[in-house]
Amino acid sequence: MSNLLECKNLTKTFGSTIALWDVNLEIGHGRIIGLLGPNASGKTTFIKLCNDLLTPTKGEILIGGDRPGIRTKGVVSYLPEKTYLNDWMRASDIIEFFKDFYEDFNPAKAYDMLGKLNINPKDRLKTMSKGTKEKVQLILVMSREAKLYLLDEPIGGVDPAARDYILNTILSNYSEDATVIISTHLISDIEKILDDIIFIKEGQVVMNKTVDEIREESGKSVDALFREVFKC
Amino acid sequence: MHWDLTSDRPIYAQIIEQMELKICSGVYPLGSKLPSVRDLAQEASVNPNTMQRALSRLEETGLLYSLRTSGRFVTEDINMVKTTKKRLAREHVQEFLEKMIRLGFDQDDIISMLGDISKELKK
Repeated sequence: MSNLLECKNLTKTFGSTIALWDVNLEIGHGRIIGLLGPNASGKTTFIKLCNDLLTPTKGEILIGGDRPGIRTKGVVSYLPEKTYLNDWMRASDIIEFFKDFYEDFNPAKAYDMLGKLNINPKDRLKTMSKGTKEKVQLILVMSREAKLYLLDEPIGGVDPAARDYILNTILSNYSEDATVIISTHLISDIEKILDDIIFIKEGQVVMNKTVDEIREESGKSVDALFREVFKC
Repeated sequence: MHWDLTSDRPIYAQIIEQMELKICSGVYPLGSKLPSVRDLAQEASVNPNTMQRALSRLEETGLLYSLRTSGRFVTEDINMVKTTKKRLAREHVQEFLEKMIRLGFDQDDIISMLGDISKELKK
């Protein structure tokens, strides 16, 4: 099967600052992947390049054979690190909004998840706590039946119980032709659900292995290995 | 059902051990049908591909078998389960003995202690 996502010599610089340098990646279908790296290692830049929010300085990204653009946005479900929704809107308004935007959006699924997390669809975003807002955004993103989910720090602001629910949602949503890429610092919470780990450091991929390979070879959890590789 | 996974060893290897335990202890009886890979993965909060890998390994050893259309089952061979049970017991005893020896007990001490403590438990 062809790759879902392919990067060739992908490079992004901002003036003299290097954000990503000559990244080559091939990512297949049906994987749950952790994109891990310290602050300022290029994780968010990578995700933004995949979403056409930035353009590469050099090299290219192909998603299902297409460069990021209108076609890929139909198959990529993206959770940005910051909220972009209007805070006067109610959760139910935003669900309508997403229904208009994305053909693959499933409103019933979104309402179901809101219910399970005890979020009232009639509440306005403005009145919600930071964690609740994050949950709403993640629910919207996971209610699409996309080919590629790009989640930038999806569990950072939510409590451990909600974190478990979210990880379970990602697992129950698993499909053999969709891939999920999660960027996060909270490695120990998510490593059990990951297939592959991509470590990036100063804009370069320094390791690309499966979780079990890492544990077998190093006798350590991914979390422990991360602390070792990126020791300050 | 509870799955106990530690962080420092390969996850699929731990799943194999715990599946063996669940089969030996009758949580999954002889010849019974297993839940789907997806359900098991969710129950254990692990990646479905990892669960799949562990179950395939158990199929290779014969403890599980799958029928193309109807799913995956526990073996009906009671001897196979008995052998697995013995192997697991052996591993536990070995581990126990190693720890006791490290604590400085010799064989006689260990045996008399085993007798005493199991009597206490019966009361």
